Amino acid sequence: MFAAPTLNLWVITPLIILTVWAIILMFIDLFIPAGKKQWTGWLTLVGLIPALALTLMQWGQTGGAFIAEGGQPMVVVDNFATFLNTLYLLTGILAVFISVSYIRDAGLERGEYYFLMLFSIVGMMLMGMANDLILIFLALELLSIPLYILSGFDTGSDTSEESALKYFLLGAFSSAFFLFGIALTYGATGTTSLPVILDTISLDDPLALAALGMLLVGFAFKVGAVPFHMWTPDVYEGAPTSVVAFMSIGAKVAGFAALMRVLGQGFPMWGELWQPAIVVISALTMIVGNFAAVRQQNIKRMLAYSGIANAGYILIGVAASATDPEAISASLYYMLAYLFTNIGAFAVVIAVEKLDGQKGLLVEDYKGLAKRHLLLSLALAYFMFSLVGIPLTGGFTAKFYVFGAGVTAGLYWLVVIGAITSVVSAFYYLRPVLYAFMYEGPAVARVSRGLMFVLVVAVFATLVFGIFPGPWYELASQATFGNVATFVAGG
Amino acid sequence: MENTIAALYLPIAVLFGIAVFFALLLPILSVSLGPRRPTARKLTAYESGMAPIGRAQRRFPVKFYRIAVLFILFDIDIIFLFPYAVAMRKLGLFGLWSMLIFVAIFILGDIWVWKKGVLEWE
Repeated sequence: MFAAPTLNLWVITPLIILTVWAIILMFIDLFIPAGKKQWTGWLTLVGLIPALALTLMQWGQTGGAFIAEGGQPMVVVDNFATFLNTLYLLTGILAVFISVSYIRDAGLERGEYYFLMLFSIVGMMLMGMANDLILIFLALELLSIPLYILSGFDTGSDTSEESALKYFLLGAFSSAFFLFGIALTYGATGTTSLPVILDTISLDDPLALAALGMLLVGFAFKVGAVPFHMWTPDVYEGAPTSVVAFMSIGAKVAGFAALMRVLGQGFPMWGELWQPAIVVISALTMIVGNFAAVRQQNIKRMLAYSGIANAGYILIGVAASATDPEAISASLYYMLAYLFTNIGAFAVVIAVEKLDGQKGLLVEDYKGLAKRHLLLSLALAYFMFSLVGIPLTGGFTAKFYVFGAGVTAGLYWLVVIGAITSVVSAFYYLRPVLYAFMYEGPAVARVSRGLMFVLVVAVFATLVFGIFPGPWYELASQATFGNVATFVAGG
Repeated sequence: MENTIAALYLPIAVLFGIAVFFALLLPILSVSLGPRRPTARKLTAYESGMAPIGRAQRRFPVKFYRIAVLFILFDIDIIFLFPYAVAMRKLGLFGLWSMLIFVAIFILGDIWVWKKGVLEWE
């Protein structure tokens, strides 16, 4: 006889709120006339803010939902998941403020934009909460499919369509790898539930090793790590900038969330096996990302390679976590600081971008920006300093903690590569700043009120992370995985 | 040795090796031994014996595509409903509520698609 699983719906209340609100918003949007679609955008916040409040209330709680009798939960909430959910929701809220004026001025104003974003956020949150490989796969698709549509949202532009098609094809390709990894894991262990994999896997099983390799490839695609990074620059260049700002943080953090949980909760005892793989990927990602960025003339491509490079820095913490599970908190803190710096940088890009035909995206278009927009240029300089990792910025403290975790784990040469490539990165990050302050030129910008809000929040947050990193790092270090026993018992 | 998993996979590895070997061997033989006397007709694209007409990239009305996409959604709906119909009594109230929520979301999607005018066939 079938026994209904224990639901524990409180675990996923933020997800339920977002999903239900996204569906309601679909119908509200039908009655909002064209030209007034910014209302759909602002109404998105009605779902995002309660979801954020509920997520914050879940801090410190541990529990699992959808527990079959005698089995493990499908979805779990622990501080790790709550921390990351907060990141996605903050990204979502800031992305709404960025998007409303951007998609109106770019002539893309359609209501679908906003509820697709909500669905994508649900997928991202589920990535960090999923306790079962099948559910991670579903979350991956739920997060990706809206992003494929969003990156092709500028249907009139060839580059946007190219971006969507490339993203879709390579995304499907990486999903296939991931699915193959799940199938092999199931073949090796007879289960897809992460805690059960931990219990049943045997250390000398080549099938499980192949499975882990396939899963790693799938995740490396999603986070844009070398050698699986080739899609990133093309997709970022073509997609609408507000979408890029959203997915360059959300999709990347979600990829890392699932990667960390699979490695940390499914395969932790294989640390010495997967550590070398992560170390090599991390080193390659930092080197290729930073050196390729030097050659970019288009600022969106430059930020795409910067995103690749930053994935490399985050991977240092993941690699270190093989021997020291505490190291994961350095990566989590890095993502928190990176969120605000990156969304700020994209806000500046949007302000300078001229929306008639993809102009104002070259680094040279920043010439003379400081003459007319001093504050905006200062903000640009501050974000770029933060991305380089100059003290008094969030980027500096983030790199400091990640490198520290690497040194503690004994990965000295990886940290050396990180430090050297950071110096290289100064070259390309500071070029737009140099152009803005030192050259004469016709650069103009328009800062809407939404953008202004995002810029102020991003500068403030980056400053706070730069000067008082302690309490925030403390939060990140509490964001550990829940104990398996407490998922079932609830607590 | 014979009980390790690596040994169990040995036949598959051998088969894989043979497949790769033949996949490389046959084209090489064909290229190196076969005579090549190209004519204009031999070099045209093969379209099941038909004379090729027009270019490969043809325009077609997008409304067919929209209907095809909607068809996939109904397909998925059916894929879930049939197994449920078989196991309905076993799954009890829990299964009923799960399916009702699923179908409700699906119907909401349908209404939305209808309202958006996707079903209009000009």
